[in-house]
Parts: sequence; structure tokens; C-alpha cells
Amino acid sequence: MAHPAIRIEGLGKEYRIGGQPERYRSLRDSVMRTAKVPFQRVASVLRGRSSVLSARTFWALRDVTFDVQPGEVVGIIGRNGAGKSTLLKILSRITEPTVGYADIYGRVGSLLEVGTGFHPELTGRENIYLNGAILGMARAEIDRKFDEIVAFSEIETFIDTMVKHYSSGMYMRLAFAVAAHLEPEILLIDEVLAVGDLEFQRKCLGKMEDVSRLGRTVLFVSHNMSAVTRLCTRAVLLDEGRVVAAGPTPAVVSEYVFKGYGTRAERHWPDETRAPGDETVRLLRVRAHDPAGVVQESFDIRQPIAIEIQYTVMKPGLRFTPCFDVLNDAGVVLFLSQETPDWERIDRPVGTQVATCWIPGNFLAEGTFSIDVALWGFKNPPTGVIEENGVISISVHDPLEGGSVRGRSTNAYPGVLRPMLKWEATA
Amino acid sequence: MSETAASAERAAAGTRPHDAAANTAPRVIRVQRSRGWVSLKLGDLWAYRELVYFLTWRDVKVRYKQTVLGAAWAILQPLLTMLVFSLFFGKLAKMPSEGVPYPIFTLAALVPWTFFSNGLTQSSNSLVGNANLITKVYFPRLIVPVATILSGAIDFVLAFVVLLAMMAYYQLTPAATIVWLPLFLLLALLASLGTGLWLSAMNVQFRDVRYTVPFLTQFWLFATPIAYPSSLLHEPWRTLFGLNPMVGAVEGFRWALFGTTAAPVAVVAMSFATALVVLVTGALYFRRMERTFADIV
Repeated sequence: MAHPAIRIEGLGKEYRIGGQPERYRSLRDSVMRTAKVPFQRVASVLRGRSSVLSARTFWALRDVTFDVQPGEVVGIIGRNGAGKSTLLKILSRITEPTVGYADIYGRVGSLLEVGTGFHPELTGRENIYLNGAILGMARAEIDRKFDEIVAFSEIETFIDTMVKHYSSGMYMRLAFAVAAHLEPEILLIDEVLAVGDLEFQRKCLGKMEDVSRLGRTVLFVSHNMSAVTRLCTRAVLLDEGRVVAAGPTPAVVSEYVFKGYGTRAERHWPDETRAPGDETVRLLRVRAHDPAGVVQESFDIRQPIAIEIQYTVMKPGLRFTPCFDVLNDAGVVLFLSQETPDWERIDRPVGTQVATCWIPGNFLAEGTFSIDVALWGFKNPPTGVIEENGVISISVHDPLEGGSVRGRSTNAYPGVLRPMLKWEATA
Repeated sequence: MSETAASAERAAAGTRPHDAAANTAPRVIRVQRSRGWVSLKLGDLWAYRELVYFLTWRDVKVRYKQTVLGAAWAILQPLLTMLVFSLFFGKLAKMPSEGVPYPIFTLAALVPWTFFSNGLTQSSNSLVGNANLITKVYFPRLIVPVATILSGAIDFVLAFVVLLAMMAYYQLTPAATIVWLPLFLLLALLASLGTGLWLSAMNVQFRDVRYTVPFLTQFWLFATPIAYPSSLLHEPWRTLFGLNPMVGAVEGFRWALFGTTAAPVAVVAMSFATALVVLVTGALYFRRMERTFADIV
């Protein structure tokens, strides 16, 4: 191939903070300002510049340069706010870059969300046409794929029901069915596709694999490292709007995971003086890892999870215990665990210590969990607690392969915990 | 290979109406900051004509979903205004009506006026109302106000049928000049679209524009010879009155339906000129502001 599918050159996007263009204003304010700076103001409104009064700015994307070859599946990774979505929005032509350019060779389809433009008052059938047209499908194309879309969505019986009567699951299935049948040469996908129930995610990823097997160029933004590793041949790591790593997926993913770009499953305080604590004891590092010692953000529900707390004791004779609690995404404290209940009797030795707690597999439910860590107790003699909220977060998923409490059922499974309990039954 | 993947390959072999050029060389799109005044890119609008159709269809469908209310609204709006005008201007103020019964005289103007003012009101809020589309998908943004105004055509047709029925009731037959009617409808459409483009683009940036629209349409209503004939004015004011594009549309409608006055050529020409100026500048302003819509809306 003589040319890439996408060539990105020095792309940058600047946003203003507080001022425009992110927020709309009232005409009244503008009129007031117009009175003050009449000529500049009018000229700037007409020219499309929002304000002559300078506002603080920040670069959501800066100096981004890379190529994507035809047929490549490239993952864009980075923590929240790294500029991933901005990049996708620019490539989809939803918003313009401030500097630089991107050349796109071929028909682009972008899926920044599923069900864009779905109207609750319209039926499933009508929404397929509307949503298809919005995503850039021609009418004849939708006609041709209509039956297939309906079959994929598994909501045949409700196809002539208004979408507002759908359950959220049905809504998502229909929306994804339309999106999945979009066949551009270049596909831009945001991770919003990977939300929803597990079954939906699996279907989504399965379809992604189909798409990449067909040799289409795909740009895939995600937080889900296992999906990126599985689907993408190459990955680009963004941090604070810049490309910090690009290359074969495993290398970039491990850069992301181990250098602490974004993973929220590990937290350490390189500057000891700023770590939580005081001159007697400080936290150094907290991380969640699997039995192999690999730090992970996302755990298989069947797998034990280690919560490792590293701290340093600088004064002899302190009595305390490392402990943590686990909160679910509703903010409910699921449990609190401390290293030992007998901490009042133990003098902690001076030096760097590591305490690891194993949360068994098949115990937490699926979801995202936030972990608060504390060194809790009485120093000798004054009392004190070192406590840090939301130090790390992890998520737990069920791969539906069996061996978990859920088994292979794809229905919603209730409960804030999902312990595997022992049953005794007759026959 | 899965069933869907197989069919995807089948489909890929088919034609793609959206992108016929793709068969020869891949089309290159350069994404970069647009500077200065940008071209209207009417070709883009044409390429996305199916989306115009679907959005228009959506607006119509949603509005008429509760069929009785939807249809009734389209008819009641001009009819009730006609009643009020007939009472106050026709009966009490004894307004002259160019040899046509006053209710018909004013209804013939209210029908295109309602099309214009509803189009104006709805299109001015259309970008903000479709913010979810604008921030998630690319398409020429001009489509949004265009589709909004086109969807008002159904309301117009219903109201027009009522107008014809009223004429039959008053035993008036439309003059042969009715063949010119589409021209004046087009004028109302251009005027509505032109103003709608200005207001919708401004409304993204200045959210209080929407509060000014009801006042604007109210003043405009009385600045248009709907309740009164423009023959009240003398030349050259009468022709200059045509600077309001709706003057030409309304005068044209009456002439085409009743044929009782001389053809208002000068006024209509004047109105067309204004409407086109507003439309072209509106479209340019819209395109100019378009680049920031997704960031602000």
C-alpha cells in the first residue's frame, strides 16, 4: 500500500477553561461586553472567535503524530482525560483540531456511542432506519441488512413497538445491532461500546474480532487492556494529550500498566515527604495484583486478588495495623479487613514492611470497587490514624466460562457480594 | 466465520450510494482547522440527502405520533388567529380586504405565515435540540435546520386544505394564477431557512436567543400585511415594504389565490432578493460557526 489509512500529523486541540468555547453564554452577557469592546467584539463574533478576552487554555491533545496502515487494528489507551476521546472526535470530524491535520483515506464510520439519535417515540423498525442513516448508511444498504440487524438484536417480536417501551437491555441490543452492521473502510470505536452488561460486551468484542478479520482498519479506544491485547496489533498510549508510547500492543500495554500511566490498581508515592503519614510512619505503595504478582485493574471473578500495602516505620515501638476497606460503586462499604486484631500488643519493627491480604476468588460481585487504606491504631503513646480514601480501584468481571457463582447465565445477577457457598441437599 | 461476518463481505461487494468515488481511488479527507470564511459545501449536503430525508421524516413522525393532536395543531393555529383577526380587525376596525371576505383574506396570509414562523421558531432551536447528534456523529450541520423546516411542509399542506375548504364555504374559486403559488411557498421557505440559519447558529453560542424568538415572530407578524392589506401603503413605500421577505410571500399568496389585484412583481422581486441575501449570509455564518458547535452545544 502506497498510503496509510490514517495519517496524523502534529495534531493538537486546545480548549479554553472557564471561558469559551466549551460553555455557551447568554446574549445578555455578550451585549454587556459588546458595549465595552464594541468593535473587537462584533468582529470576533462574526469571525467565529468566541472571545477577545483571553481565557486560560489547556491542550487536550498535543503534537500527536502517527500513521495507521490499512487493515491495522490500533488500540488507543491512556487514563481518563488523556485525550483519547478528543482524538476520536477529531478523526470523526465532529470537532476541529486547533493545529495539525489528519488525512483519512476512505470512508469513515465512527461509533462514539450506540443508539445515537434513537427516538423513544419511534418503533424499533423506524429507529433502525433513522440510526442507520445517522451513522452514514444509505437507505438501500439498510433495506438490505434490515433482517440481519433484527436477527442480531434478537428482538424480532418487538420490532414494531415504540423504543420507549423497551428495557434498557433491548434498547442496547438493538442499538448495537445497527452499529455492528456499519461497514466503513475505517472504523473508529470508543470504549462506550464496552459498557453495558457482560453479554453485550462479549457480543461487542466478538463483532470487533469479526471486523478486524475482514481486514478493515480499526481505531479502538479502550480502558480494557485484555480487549486491547486481544484485538489490536498495535497500540498508542496517550498521556496528557501526548503520545508517550506507540508500537506492538504488548509492549505498550505493559508500559501503561507498569509505569503507572493510568492504572488505578497501583498507587505509590515517589516523594516520601508527600506520602500519607508523618515522620513516624508513612504509606509507600498500595497495589492490587493477581496470584502471579502482576498488577491488574480487572480481575476474573474466580481469581484471588491480593491487596498489598507497603509502608515504612521510622520510629520504634509503634502499635498499629494496616487495614483497608472495599467500597462498591454505590459507595457501600462491603467489608473492612485488618492485618491483625491483636495490634495493640505488637510493637512494629522499624523499616519498610509489606502486608498483603488475599481476597478470595468467587467472593466479590462483578463491578468496580474502590479501596481505602489505613494504618490504624495507637502510636505509643499518642493516638493516630493514617487514612487514605480511594487509594486504588479494581474491577471484577465474570467471563461466563463456568466455575463462578453465576455459571453461564447471562441474566443480571443480584448482590453486592458473590461468595461461593457450600450447599447440602438431598438427592 | 460467523454468519454476520459472511454477510458483511457480501454487502461489501455491493454498491455504496454514499460514496461512489470509492470504487476508483480512495477519497482522502483532510481533517484540519478551517480558517476564515469557509465555502458552503453544498455538495456535502447533497451527499447526505438521505439523512435530510430521515430527519425530516423523524420530525414529522414524532409530531404526528398522537395523530389527532398533531393534525389539529397545524390547523388550529392559523384558524384561531384568523378568528381573532376577523373579530378585531375585520369587524371592529373595519379593515379593508381587497374585495375578499376578511376571514379568507387574512387566512390566505396566515397559512404561509404559520409555515414561516413555525419553521423559524423550530429551526432556531434545532441545533441545541439535536445536541446529542452533533456531539457524536459527523454530518453537515446544515442538515439539522433544513430538515426541521422541511418537516413543517406537512403542517402547511393541512392548513392549505383548510384554506381551500374555507374558500369553498365562501364560494370562492381559486384563480388560474394559483399555478404560481409554489413560487411564493418557496419564498416563505427561503426566508424561514435564512433566518433560521442565523438564529440556530447564534442560539448555540448565545442560549438566550431562544427567548427573543417569540418576540421576533410577533413583531414580524405585524410587520407583514396579514391583518391588513399592503395597499394601505403608498409607493415607493409599498415596494420597499418588500424588503421584508414575508411581504412578498403573503402578497403573492393572495394574488395567486384570488387574482383580484395586479401581480405584485416589484414587491415579490424585492422580497426574493432579501430572502436570498439573508439565506446566503445565514448559511455562511452558520458554516463559520459550525466548527465550534460540537464544543459548545
